[in-house]
Amino acid sequence: MSMVDSREPGGSPVAVLDPMLPRRFRIGRTRQDTRDTYTFELEPVEGEPLVYAAGQFTMLDAFGVGEAPISISGNPLALGPVEHTIRDVGVVTHALITAPTGAVLGVRGPFGTSWDVTDAAGGDVVFVAGGIGLAPLRGAILELIAQRDRYERVVLLYGVRTPEDILFGDELRTWAKDNGIVVEVTVDNAQHAWRGRVGLVTQLVPRAGFDARRTTAFVCGPEVMMRYVASALVDRGVRENRIRLSMERNMKCGVGLCGHCQLRELFVCVDGPVLTYDRLAPLLSSREL
Amino acid sequence: MADDVRVLGMDGLQQLIDVLAGHGYSVVGPTVRDGAIVPGPVRTVDDLPRGWGDEQDAAHYRLTRRDDDAVFGFAAGAQSPKPVFFPASELFWRGRRTGEEFTVNEEGPEADGHGLGPYALLGVRSCDLHALAIHDVVLLGRNHVDVRYAARREGTFVVAATCSSPSGTCFCASMGTGPRPDAGYDLALTELLVGGPHRFLVEVGTPRGAEVLEEVESAEALPVDVQGADDVAAWAAAHMGRTLDTEGIKDVLYANAESPRWDDVASRCLACTNCTLVCPTCFCTSVEDVADLTGDVAERRRVWDSCFTQDFSYIHGGSIRPEIRSRYRQWMTHKLAAWIDQFGTSGCVGCGRCITWCPAAIDITAEAAALSWTPQPAVTT
Repeated sequence: MSMVDSREPGGSPVAVLDPMLPRRFRIGRTRQDTRDTYTFELEPVEGEPLVYAAGQFTMLDAFGVGEAPISISGNPLALGPVEHTIRDVGVVTHALITAPTGAVLGVRGPFGTSWDVTDAAGGDVVFVAGGIGLAPLRGAILELIAQRDRYERVVLLYGVRTPEDILFGDELRTWAKDNGIVVEVTVDNAQHAWRGRVGLVTQLVPRAGFDARRTTAFVCGPEVMMRYVASALVDRGVRENRIRLSMERNMKCGVGLCGHCQLRELFVCVDGPVLTYDRLAPLLSSREL
Repeated sequence: MADDVRVLGMDGLQQLIDVLAGHGYSVVGPTVRDGAIVPGPVRTVDDLPRGWGDEQDAAHYRLTRRDDDAVFGFAAGAQSPKPVFFPASELFWRGRRTGEEFTVNEEGPEADGHGLGPYALLGVRSCDLHALAIHDVVLLGRNHVDVRYAARREGTFVVAATCSSPSGTCFCASMGTGPRPDAGYDLALTELLVGGPHRFLVEVGTPRGAEVLEEVESAEALPVDVQGADDVAAWAAAHMGRTLDTEGIKDVLYANAESPRWDDVASRCLACTNCTLVCPTCFCTSVEDVADLTGDVAERRRVWDSCFTQDFSYIHGGSIRPEIRSRYRQWMTHKLAAWIDQFGTSGCVGCGRCITWCPAAIDITAEAAALSWTPQPAVTT
């Protein structure tokens, strides 16, 4: 058994920055995306801007209320305020989205693994998003667009509950029109005014034209949706190790110390949130793991 | 190295405590409190459980009177030294809000009066010594270090003790973690009650241990003392109340994720969290934010948590593991299998506390055996 011996000279743990201490960031420009979802920019009260990779998350802290892990939705290449897109689903997220412009929030991180979209260069790329799952993918899409000519066919399949829940609508049009991305949106329920597709996002996978053997897929949404999307991608011929999913779990620390986010042998906060499907497939087949 | 093996009497043990205190250590050892043996401050040998033994079995713990003067004549106490370095509740920071701003003051590990060491642990059993080493890997050996644990843990002096009196729930021998301390100590004692006067064989583990021992009156160990210590360890190894077959255990647990046995144990498990609170390696915690009525003064604490609570895995919309079945599976699969993938060792040291303190008498060794007998194919969808 290996032992960390803190008694030997030089073996003592070195004083390190405490990852549990929040930095202060001020809320800048805020945008209401949908009925219950907001995107806001955060700027550091002191010190350097946040340097992060697309797909990473922070622990956002509403003073005295608590923290929640929130994926960064901004462009990792843009040095400036960092963007988060937050849906009002709980006590902490409610406190976050109701904080006024100019208010100061606590930020820990960035934490976790990234999409690493540059690794997909030279082939086709499929983004599949469900609901607010588009937010963590946005940074990867913007990163790809910055070097669009390095990628072949790029497809974004996006499923939401209703047309009113569509995030980043203007950007979706820009990505399709100016950036050569095939954007397909489908909704679960729609009023008569909706002229687009109705149905599950998984149904878009077989129809989206991409060269499966040369495709890297980036998938983010509810776990059940990701399971079926990954399965549909594999059926189409995409290799399991070229499918990346972003997992969601309860997190209290963000750095692998608190234990909450474990998925069998994985700490989702440090081994993930972005994980390849070849690693996840055996874990997603058991309920309540 | 005969020079490294000495013998102390009870006076020598008292001197050892005094010398450690004189070196500035807070000496922590087994003490009797509330009808159980728990870690506490030790100033004299009379603070130790002198003449106390114990009786443990599934859902059963009693202190008993021994007919001798043994100070280490009991099995695993109700609590390991875990809380000395990893308190059940500790303050992270205190903050104050003014308008839309706030300031945060970091609170050091001494803020709650938990103390900052350096600690000298007295009478640590091999199972708990292994648990401490496991905790070190989890909290100090990775990219992000638990800075408060590190501060308390730094410079700890360890006086280990060979277990002479395993209980009905002990199985360290089958986990390879005891009963005789094998590493991670400065000095190791084996209490000898036969073959001469009441005495302790002392083995030196580090130069620092040798230096401390030099300040204590001791005699050279005789062959009978060395043999006596071997006999104590051999007797203890042969009198473990339980065994756990670790052969292929990881694969057994992974392959049995859908075993009906989990329903069986869930029908008995109360999800009371006792097993996780007495476990010397469980490290799961939660953070709690506490604010005053105005919301302007707040503090964040870290508290022990348990994977047996429904909220442990709660995300918006519900709990990942709403059923007790999946929570027991999480705990046991983590302890005996996933821990190996994560940290290279088992998360179980065979101390038996989870069996003793389970009010429903659930027994991890019996559950492991049941799964091993009924392998289920991995279910795939």
